[in-house]
Amino acid sequence: MTPSIRTLLDGPADAQKVDEFLANRSFPLVEGRSVTVVWRGEAEGVSLRHWIFGLESSNALARVPNTDLWHLTLELPPRSRVEYKLEVHHKNGSQWIEDPRNPNRARDPFGANSVMQGEGYEPPTFVHPDPEARPGLLEPFKFKSRALGGFRSGHIYLPARFRRSRLYPLLVVHDGSDYINYTGMKTILDNLIHNLEIPDMIVAFTDSPDRLQEYANHEGHARFLTEELLADLTRRLPLLDRPQARCLMGASFGAVAAFSTAHRYPDVWGRLLLQSGSFAFTDIGKQNRRGPLFDKVVEFMNVYREKPIALSERVFLTCGVYESLIYENRSLVPMLDATGMQVRFVESRDGHNWENWRDRLREGLSWLFPGPLMFIYE
Amino acid sequence: MRKSTRVKVAPEVPTRRSTDPKPETRRHAPKALVLLGAQRFDPTLGAAMEELGVKGKIATITAGWQEREDDDEDLREHCSGRAINLRLHARAEAIFAGDPVFNEAHRERQALLRHRQDFYRVRLEHLIDAELVIKSRKAPASLLEDESNVSVSGIRELDALHLERCARDKRAFEERWHPKDRPAVARERAEIASILDDCEAIAIAGGHVASLLNRLTLFGIDDLVGDKVVFAWCAGAMALADRVVLFHDSPPQGPGAAEVLDTGLGIARGIVVLPQPEMRLRTDDKVRVELMARRFSPATCVALPARSRVTWGAGFPKSAHGATELRVDGTHGPIAARSSESLQS
Repeated sequence: MTPSIRTLLDGPADAQKVDEFLANRSFPLVEGRSVTVVWRGEAEGVSLRHWIFGLESSNALARVPNTDLWHLTLELPPRSRVEYKLEVHHKNGSQWIEDPRNPNRARDPFGANSVMQGEGYEPPTFVHPDPEARPGLLEPFKFKSRALGGFRSGHIYLPARFRRSRLYPLLVVHDGSDYINYTGMKTILDNLIHNLEIPDMIVAFTDSPDRLQEYANHEGHARFLTEELLADLTRRLPLLDRPQARCLMGASFGAVAAFSTAHRYPDVWGRLLLQSGSFAFTDIGKQNRRGPLFDKVVEFMNVYREKPIALSERVFLTCGVYESLIYENRSLVPMLDATGMQVRFVESRDGHNWENWRDRLREGLSWLFPGPLMFIYE
Repeated sequence: MRKSTRVKVAPEVPTRRSTDPKPETRRHAPKALVLLGAQRFDPTLGAAMEELGVKGKIATITAGWQEREDDDEDLREHCSGRAINLRLHARAEAIFAGDPVFNEAHRERQALLRHRQDFYRVRLEHLIDAELVIKSRKAPASLLEDESNVSVSGIRELDALHLERCARDKRAFEERWHPKDRPAVARERAEIASILDDCEAIAIAGGHVASLLNRLTLFGIDDLVGDKVVFAWCAGAMALADRVVLFHDSPPQGPGAAEVLDTGLGIARGIVVLPQPEMRLRTDDKVRVELMARRFSPATCVALPARSRVTWGAGFPKSAHGATELRVDGTHGPIAARSSESLQS
């Protein structure tokens, strides 16, 4: 398919033709596998900045001659999602901005990005609030941890039909506030429970004041989760007392924290949900290409890879193919599989971001905790 | 010309186990057994009752709705105000609340059965995967057919073994705890029997099929049916069959394998009940349809969409409207009424 921008480029262009071209079109312009990004204005140059591993992170937009319209056409595989910003260069510097013509944006702890959606991508329906779904409760908690030497806080999710006379599985989420804020996980839990796709469950959204330290195979963190938080929640809430009913999850370093905690307590956590895990390792030597922040992770992963053990019953891994960690995650899967654990790995045409992790929650949670859908016929 | 390999095709092994239906020892003979499509959006119960001339009281069972058991206004309306809810869920809850030792033992048994189901599922998924791999291979047709028969026999064996093990666990529970002899259970059961004496029909609604089946079994409803007219839909219809088969071809976690859960009450013989096919069955997938039909043969896999109705006789449909039969060749089509003579021929 020839991108429509060619109509503008194939002859002399002027402001009126640009106006006509922009009118009645939404941008980025998705035409089959081609996606065209435009920016209009006076500048020294404009670049598309993205985080797709394997492509140049900065791609220059070209100016349509005699106009103030800048354009770039990329080939994007179907159902892709790419977060990006535009970098507008002026004489006195440059500025990163969201694409003003793109209504699709994704928030994260650093702000927001524009989102390019390849042909066929649709945000899943389960992320939108369903008026039929009864909302669960989200209650803040604060916990004094001896293992970590200070207070830790977070939120506890109780399902809408919570009853003290019933027993529930427990899901512990790393970077809990980010999952709530940037994936809308509370809404997702409400919807999946309402649709019988996961059982009623209790969810502990935990936060860390120093995640890079505490999530990198930290003994105190594993002890906090297992010997303190779990013990406390078990005392206070009606929880099912079996590994199959306990899950740790996290993304990026949070996935390392979940995985390493299960490694330290292999009979406790029977379910793991690991998203874009930062499972860096080296095959030879200790030098890792990701820098000193990863040293402890590499040390841990090298030990694990030397002697892989079954540390849970079911492990669900996800990773975007546009993130560099796809290499580490792909290589980990057969290793986990060989230990006898049930492992499912799902790749997506997406990057290291919250909406990628959001979009995989339904499949991951319902595989780890199948809801009563198979049992209810009415 | 190259001579093709000829393989003697072994038939699928029909396995008979203690949990299989035994038509010759049929205890339950309701006056009529009517299986209906889902009632929530397209209620047809009233019309079915009218057609059969049911004028008396109707005992309703909504235990599959669990805590919502009493939310039965619509059902009462369909029964023209003649409904008496047997409240099996509430009765069972009261029994468990008043008998903590029995309650704990029951909870342990359920946990054991859940483990069994989980382990059975692990084995089943491997067997089904193997069958799909073999089916996709290129080999002489007779060899593929032979191998496919072995695969299906393996799945049938596993299903039967699972049912047998569950039955063994439940037998052990009954021998130890004698649920029906416990005073509270016996008292409730007598009350239920007395209510049923005054009723002309029983209507069993859907819901959570395991929970419903538990309650039906706890109170021995199969022995109380007598010669009443029985109407059942969704989980209610599933629970009446010889086997309860859980199924969903497109669950959120990926294509699922149908799994046997338990033996049913055995009131509806020779049928695997598949409610809500609109949402749960991919009838366009010939491989799945074929596997389902072969796996449960000689029982008939009957899909019951909304507004469908089947009057089921001793192992065959006496009349049918809107229901679909899954066939061993992977096709599906309307199920037709049969007579016992036509079955023999």
